[in-house]
Amino acid sequence: MATATAEPRSVPATGDGHKHKKNALSDGQGRLAWILLAPTLIIIAVVAGIPVIMSIRESLFQTNTGVDPNTGLVAGGETFVGLQNFTSIFAGENPVQGNFGTMDRFWNAFLNTTFITIVCVILETLLGVAMALIMAKAFRGRGIVRAGILVPWAIPTIVSALMWKLIFDSSGVANRILGREILWLADTGASFWAIVIADTWKTAAFIGLLTLAGLQTIPAEVYEAAKVDGATTWQQFVRITLPMVKPTLVVAVLFRTLDTLRMFDLPYGMIGAGKYRVETLSVFVYQETTQSRYGPAAAYAIILFLYVLLVAFVFVRVLGADVIGDSGVPKKKKKKGDQEQAGPPGTALEMAGGAH
Amino acid sequence: MSTTTAEVREEHLSKEELEALAHPKRPLKERIGVVLSYVGMAAIVLYCIIPFYWMVVSSLRQPSEGRSTEFIPSPMSIENYQAVFSPLNNFGRSLINSLIVAGTTTILTLLFGIIGAYALARLRFRGKGLVLWLIMACSMFPLVVLLPPLLKMFSSTEPFTWFPYWINTYQSVIIPGLSFGLPLAVWNLTAFFKQLPVELEQAAMVDGCTPGVAFRKVILPLAAPGIFTTAIIVFIMAWNEFLLALTFLQDASRQTATVAISKFTGTSGFDTPYGTIMAAGVLVTVPLLLAVLIFQRRIVAGLTAGGVK
Repeated sequence: MATATAEPRSVPATGDGHKHKKNALSDGQGRLAWILLAPTLIIIAVVAGIPVIMSIRESLFQTNTGVDPNTGLVAGGETFVGLQNFTSIFAGENPVQGNFGTMDRFWNAFLNTTFITIVCVILETLLGVAMALIMAKAFRGRGIVRAGILVPWAIPTIVSALMWKLIFDSSGVANRILGREILWLADTGASFWAIVIADTWKTAAFIGLLTLAGLQTIPAEVYEAAKVDGATTWQQFVRITLPMVKPTLVVAVLFRTLDTLRMFDLPYGMIGAGKYRVETLSVFVYQETTQSRYGPAAAYAIILFLYVLLVAFVFVRVLGADVIGDSGVPKKKKKKGDQEQAGPPGTALEMAGGAH
Repeated sequence: MSTTTAEVREEHLSKEELEALAHPKRPLKERIGVVLSYVGMAAIVLYCIIPFYWMVVSSLRQPSEGRSTEFIPSPMSIENYQAVFSPLNNFGRSLINSLIVAGTTTILTLLFGIIGAYALARLRFRGKGLVLWLIMACSMFPLVVLLPPLLKMFSSTEPFTWFPYWINTYQSVIIPGLSFGLPLAVWNLTAFFKQLPVELEQAAMVDGCTPGVAFRKVILPLAAPGIFTTAIIVFIMAWNEFLLALTFLQDASRQTATVAISKFTGTSGFDTPYGTIMAAGVLVTVPLLLAVLIFQRRIVAGLTAGGVK
C-alpha cells in the first residue's frame, strides 16, 4: 500500500544487482515465487487494499439525512461533498471540553491520541529496558520471569480494560491503597492516567522481553574490554549497551508507537465511548461509524492512517529503524546474522497485532 | 589413584584452604548485585501478576461483594462462575463463536502464510523488497480504517445494495481479521524458514525430489515447531480481537467472548456485575495462559525469532 510506494529508496536492490553463487533452488524462480505469494498478496489486496481505497472514496461523501425536499420522503443515499469532511475539522463546528481546553472534537481526539502515545511509549520503554537489564543479570529463575511477563501479554485487552476498571473504581482497590477518593473513571484528568497505567502494564514487560533478546546478542568480550579500560558501569551502559541494543529497541518502540496510536479497546472498555478526556481517534471513528456518519468517519480514519504513516516514516528515516531486516536476498554466508536481523521485526509484529 | 592425588593435595593445602577454594568468596559488590537482581526479578513478576491476581480474587467473591477491596475473599464463592453461564449472558455460545472465528482465522492464515513465507525465505526474485514492505505496511495500518466502508458494505446500505447482508456472520470478522493475521504469520514463518539451512532441500533434490516434494517431505516437518508457534500466536491475536467483532457481530447469539464480556449486565441492570465480569475474564484468559505457560519457551523464541536461546 502507501508505505510501499512512498519509500522506494528504502526498498533494497533485489537479486540482479548482486553476484551470488548459483543456486538451482532459488535462482530463476521468479515466476514460482509470485505464484506462491499470489494468495497472500490477493488476500491482502482484498481485505486491506480495497477497503482503504473504498475509505478514501467514502471520505468524499456524506450520508443524506433528514427529508428530501423534492419527494417529501426520508432521504437515502449519499452526496458528493468533496473535501468538506476533511476541511470541517478546521471549522470548529463540534467543540468539546477535554484535557486541552475547548476545541473541535477531532483535534481533542487527535491530541489525546498523541499524548497518550507519547507518555505510554516513554514509560513502557524505560520500564522495559530496566526489566531487560535485570533479566540479563539473572542467573536462575529466568523461566519464571518469562512466564510472568507473558501473563499481561496473553490477557485480552478488553478483559484487562475491565480488570483495570474494577481496580480504578471510585471505591476500588487503587483508591484504597492510595487512601484517596480519585474519580478515575468519571472522564476526569485522572482517567488519562488510568489509561496510561493500564496500557503500560500490558506492554512494558514485553518491550523488556524484546530488549533482552537484543542484549543477549552483545558479546561478553566487549564488556570485559571496557572493564579493562576502566569504564564505569554507567559508561558501559551508555557507550556499549544502549548503542548495541538500539536496533532492536527502535523497532520495538516503533511498533509500540504505531499500536498505541490506534488504541481502541482500553479507553472504550475502561472509560467508555464519547468520553472526551480519553477519546482516541480510533474510538471517535468507531462512534462516527456506528452512528452512520460514514463520510466524516472515513475522513478521520484516513487522517489517522496518514499520521501513522508519517510516524513510521520518521522512525525509519530519522532513527534508522530497520523494519524489514532483510536485504531482499537471503544471505548465504551469514546465516546467524540473518536470523538475528529477522528477529526483532517478527517480534515487534506480534505486538503490532496485540492491542487494536 | 584418587587417594594418592588427595594426599598430594593435602600436603600443600590445609583443610580450610581447600574449603575456601571450593567455595570462592564472592566480592561483596557482586553478592549485592545477585541479591538486587533477585529483588528486581521478584518485582517484575509481582508487577505482572498482581493485577491479574486481583481479577481472580474478585471473581471468587460473592456476587453481592463485587466491589469489595478485601485482599482475600471471605467467604469464597464460585457463584460468579455459575452466573457467567446463566442463559442471560449467552456466554457459552460466545465461547463457541470465538473458537470458530479464531480457529478459522488461524487455519486460513497458516494455509496461505506458509507458502508465501516459504517463497520469501527461499526464492530470489525481483520486487521482493516491495512485497516485504507491503506486508509490513499492512500490519501497521489502523484497523479502524476498515470500519466505515466495511460496515456500509456488510449492512448492504447504498451504494452496496448488491452486497449480501453480512452483519452477524462469522465471515464478516474472519475476512477482515486476515488483514492483521496474515502479515503476522508470513513474517513469523519467514523467519523460521530462514533458520533451516537451504542445503536440506538441495540434498533432497539431489536425491531426486522435485522442489515441491522437498518442501513437503523435508521442510514442513522440520518447520513444524515454528508453524505451531505461529499458530498459537495468531490464534491468541484472533481470540483477543475486539473492534471488528464489536462492530459486525451485533446479535447476542453471534458475539465472540470478548464482546460478550464487555456487554455483561447484572440482573438489577444498573450495577455493573463486576464479579461475573471478572469470572468471565478469568475463563477467557485461563486457556490462553495455560497454552502460553506450557509453550512459553517456544513462544518467546517465536516472538524474538532466535534472539532468546
